[in-house]
Amino acid sequence: MRTGVREGRREEEQRVVSVVPAEVLPGGARAVPEAARGAAELGPPARLWPSLVAVYRAQLSRARVARIPLLFVATFQSVGIAVMMRGVVDSGSEAQSVVAGSSVLVVAYVALNLLSQYFGQLRASGGLDHYATLPVPPAAVVLGAAGAYASFTVPGTLVTAVFGCVLFGLPLSNLWILVAVIPLAGAALAGLGAACGLLAPRPELAALLGQLGMSAALLLGVLPADRMPEIIRLARDLLPSTYGVEAYARTFGAHPDWAVVLADLGVCAGVGVVSLAAATWAYRRAAVR
Amino acid sequence: MRGLTKTYPPVKGRRGTPGTPEVRATHGVELEVRRGEIFGLLGPNGAGKSTLVRQLTGLLRPDAGSVEILGHDIVRHPRLAARILAYLGQESSALDELTVALAAETTGRLRGLDVRRARAERDAVLEELGLTPIAGRALKKLSGGQRRLACFAAALVGERPLLVLDEPTTGMDPVARRAVWAAVDRRRAERGTTVLLVTHNVIEAETVLDRVAVLDRGRVIACDTPAGLKEQVSGEVRVELVWRERAPLDVPEVAVLRERATESGRRWTLRLAPEEARAAVATVTGGAAFAALDDFTLATPSLEDVYLALGGAARQGLVKA
Repeated sequence: MRTGVREGRREEEQRVVSVVPAEVLPGGARAVPEAARGAAELGPPARLWPSLVAVYRAQLSRARVARIPLLFVATFQSVGIAVMMRGVVDSGSEAQSVVAGSSVLVVAYVALNLLSQYFGQLRASGGLDHYATLPVPPAAVVLGAAGAYASFTVPGTLVTAVFGCVLFGLPLSNLWILVAVIPLAGAALAGLGAACGLLAPRPELAALLGQLGMSAALLLGVLPADRMPEIIRLARDLLPSTYGVEAYARTFGAHPDWAVVLADLGVCAGVGVVSLAAATWAYRRAAVR
Repeated sequence: MRGLTKTYPPVKGRRGTPGTPEVRATHGVELEVRRGEIFGLLGPNGAGKSTLVRQLTGLLRPDAGSVEILGHDIVRHPRLAARILAYLGQESSALDELTVALAAETTGRLRGLDVRRARAERDAVLEELGLTPIAGRALKKLSGGQRRLACFAAALVGERPLLVLDEPTTGMDPVARRAVWAAVDRRRAERGTTVLLVTHNVIEAETVLDRVAVLDRGRVIACDTPAGLKEQVSGEVRVELVWRERAPLDVPEVAVLRERATESGRRWTLRLAPEEARAAVATVTGGAAFAALDDFTLATPSLEDVYLALGGAARQGLVKA
């Protein structure tokens, strides 16, 4: 017989919980007339840059826990494609677009595909509530995450670019252009990825969109453009990663036309601004339903 | 907290998949929570607790009604909610891959603290909750209760006058629970922090809360102190009988009791007047019935009884441990 067990437990619980009656609280929760109190002071809002940095740092640390295998996959995939294409194309302009295309593919895989999946899952699981109940500007969350994902692509893109150049006998001298290509293509693709992830009604759809975007970047970016039919070429022109690929590919020549390179990068930057703005809008929409 | 009045006539549930009928998750709820109070929302799953909390925290716009927190209109300015309250939701997915320390620090930073303050508060809170030994581990790798405690820690960094906690102690062991309530009490005593607690745990509600609102299908069916609510059913005693295999229905008294019992497998629950309860206990502890009896308890009414007495729809919705 265990009569009274429940009572005993309740007593124990009683000891471990609240021992402060509301009446003795400072300001006397019940004693002070309610009307005597004005509106409470608001906590400080988080400013854009500090919170962006905080989100960026937090996202970067996630890479250590969860992203390293995927970054390897991204790199191997691109290196593999470069090797595969070695048998198909000769050196020359086609080789240049293969190397540039497979390098930018790393950016597409991580920034577009993985970020889209991340935001899709975060939205579906209710994880956005965490950010939405903090006084943080939406742009800080989106830009911080996008920036971190763009940063994840740096090692893979570099490895692929160097490997590709060696494989196809291309000069390494203008590799520095990646300093501009990675952040600008990264911004454009990460913005798209974030917007897809945040707008997709279901996480599976977000993953699908990211995957499709990456496949498009693969097919349209790596394969040489002049062999494609007109309609595919149009699709290629619509994909922001194309401009990153072209900008990079152009720098392999002996006398690159820097104005065109700059124009290509300008397109990336423009798409980046628009897509990140769209992603920020999508975040706002997803966070408060 | 002052003058928190909310009237939500028809509030949509989540946008349901097409074809599901419109759900009215909260229905004309009116509550006032006082400053420095630990106020509870109690109800079974689907009662509308989380919807109500989402409306309070500015995450969900009510279709009608108003929410005022500490003098600020949250319906008109939902973004202000983030600057008045800290919210501990049921999901940790935003923090899962961070270490405990970084989760707390980042949350503090996003609450507008500078690096130095965020780190100082992080260290203080982790120490207070006994999380320092696991500060370097990722939330994902922790047990459910530890992860919950880490999220609670993140909610405490960057002091707020109102804490909104949605089932904060789910999955926690007694040590962690004690740490949570001690931390809540300390803030209440030192700073007059108000706490809004969502729970379906009856014992916790009875012991922790100053006042409790009982929700059922989107409506507040009662709102009082736990003791006050229990007085409403003070005339009753709850008798629970657990039979070894099956009830000895050949004993006439037992057969009579059956008509008044709620059966759940081998367990019978009866709500009886004290003298009836005495008689029932005498019956089952003596004679033929006793051989078939596995266990019995006799208890004063709990908030669960209140819920049922008030006409709550769910028969088994509340947790008693």
